[in-house]
Amino acid sequence: MRGKPGDEAMKRIFIKEEYCLGCRLCEIYCQVKHSKSKKIIKAFKEELVDVLPRVLVEEIGHNAFAIQCRHCVDAPCVAACISGAMQKNKNTGVVTCDEEKCVGCWSCIMACPYGAIKRDLVGRKIASKCDLCEDEDIPVCVKNCPNEALEFRDTGE
Amino acid sequence: MALKLYQSEFSIERDVEKCISCQVCVRQCSNDVHEYISENDTIISDSMKCVGCHRCESMCPTGAIRIEEREPHFKTNYNWSSGHLKNIYRQADAGGVLLTGMGSDKPYPVYWDHILFNASQVTNPSIDPLREPMEIKTFIGRKSVQQQYPGCGPGPGEIRDTGKKKEKNGPVVGPQLELSTPVLFSAMSYGSISFNACRALAEAASEFGTCYNTGEGGLHRDLYGYAPNTIVQVASGRFGVDRQYLNMGAAIEIKIGQGAKPGIGGHLPGEKVTEDVSITRMIPMGSDAISPAPHHDIYSIEDLAQLIYALKEATGWSKPVGVKVSAVHNIAPIASGIVRAGADFITIDGLRGGTGAAPQVTRDNVGIPIELAIASVDERLREEGIRHFASILAAGSIRSSSDVIKAIALGADAVNIGTAALVAMGCHLCQKCYTGKCNWGIATQDPYLTKRLNPEVGKRRLLNLLRAWSLEIKELLGGAGINAIESLRGNREHLRGIGLSEKELSILGIKHAGETW
Repeated sequence: MRGKPGDEAMKRIFIKEEYCLGCRLCEIYCQVKHSKSKKIIKAFKEELVDVLPRVLVEEIGHNAFAIQCRHCVDAPCVAACISGAMQKNKNTGVVTCDEEKCVGCWSCIMACPYGAIKRDLVGRKIASKCDLCEDEDIPVCVKNCPNEALEFRDTGE
Repeated sequence: MALKLYQSEFSIERDVEKCISCQVCVRQCSNDVHEYISENDTIISDSMKCVGCHRCESMCPTGAIRIEEREPHFKTNYNWSSGHLKNIYRQADAGGVLLTGMGSDKPYPVYWDHILFNASQVTNPSIDPLREPMEIKTFIGRKSVQQQYPGCGPGPGEIRDTGKKKEKNGPVVGPQLELSTPVLFSAMSYGSISFNACRALAEAASEFGTCYNTGEGGLHRDLYGYAPNTIVQVASGRFGVDRQYLNMGAAIEIKIGQGAKPGIGGHLPGEKVTEDVSITRMIPMGSDAISPAPHHDIYSIEDLAQLIYALKEATGWSKPVGVKVSAVHNIAPIASGIVRAGADFITIDGLRGGTGAAPQVTRDNVGIPIELAIASVDERLREEGIRHFASILAAGSIRSSSDVIKAIALGADAVNIGTAALVAMGCHLCQKCYTGKCNWGIATQDPYLTKRLNPEVGKRRLLNLLRAWSLEIKELLGGAGINAIESLRGNREHLRGIGLSEKELSILGIKHAGETW
């Protein structure tokens, strides 16, 4: 992530790529979490068109890892945002996109060094990114990883 | 061949109402059973390729998949069972020895299930293990006949007095392996199982205070740190054996035989001898690792004694040296010979013991059940007055804490668990270890598959299993009014048989349920 992780005390998602199976259950549960009904079968059978996964499994050969927004200390997407939609919460450190304010200019996508922001073209064009499941104790991608290849812990640990 | 003489063993039931076409099953199956059809967004499954490992079923986020064992549609015949027919078809197809993995699945009597354990009532108090101390610490190694003290000379019947640990005020005993629970992990080599599986076993054994066993695969350099909890094995192939290896382990085990394949060596195919395996086994990369059926320097008990003492000399008499044999017909005199040859412990592996690969005909037809072997060996060694010279480790399908406690009451000092440990790490007993395509990342060296076993998770699950069994052992001991596992060892009065013949009872040395003294 941009900026030293120790500069900011917050819980982040850490990747253990040596244990990522590439099963993509993280993507699936992310989609469910950000769906309307939050029910897996209903979400996929009826609402799937609306939902993008905010975590992406990258794979080359047997190497795989799931990457989502790093919530950078010095977030370039926030600096690049022309409408003030992309904001870093000063208390929690979480970078979120206010979908009401987002105008879909994709400046954030160009600025993001991790490719963690996606274009949500369904409905109004907006930037879709990880919100660290702020209303959950543990983000759903971490919670549902069958091999504990994602870890949610304090930066300092 | 277009003609299929036998059908699939499993049927794959996919509930299309629940399937969300997420393709987790497609990505997880190493046997390519599931295939995604993008045109109509569906998944089709080829049940012929299914081995019944239940990986897809376990991973499916909506519970849409169900793998069911399918009854073969052959005409019922109690003599020519479907198993026989299928094996003949397979052999007529390929003309080779049928291979299989894990322990025998044939319906031989499981004596554990015909033995009941005792409890205290009225005449002696039972003990609450949650409130009172219970001792299940176990020592493996040569014990003295009676309490001896330095300067008092060896006791009657001592074969040799070399290698004894002399303490100022304690009894004189040989080097001992101290275990916090009477359960060890069986010998499973790096090569037959993945490095992550080995690491999980090593870490769990180390943290819990018991031992794991390198099998014949040598000791991986990254596991040197767990050496104090490692039993290093010396098998007929002598893979990875050198002075450093011998000296590093907590104990040495000479492997003569394995319960699943008595009288048979081993063959790790060259494709599994990856760079890491080759370094650990000290053999060229890609070469077949062949363990001969016999040790070519052991053709008699005397030869075995030579090797035992050579290993003791090589390690400065600092650790117990044991011998692992499979339970065969004359196991009692064999064990007696092994003890007289100087072994500090004998590992006996029974008929139902597991393996990474064995000819099915051997696995399913050779050997005797471990329950009978423990009883007859313990009995013979007692009769001959040499029981204390060696500890007995029993192996070969120990499935629960009650099996552990029954084994100990029959006369074992501790038990080895192999299959149970793998099951704790996810194994579903599909018996396809020999294919190297283990979907659970255990019996494979394929980098796509080995990463499926996170050693942190494996270790935690193994620790939980050891903890749970240890607690249950304490519960059973307490119920029988015993506060130390030592007091149960060979205490067959605590066992009763149920549904067993006179002969079986007499071999087991136990009374039938309902018989009293």
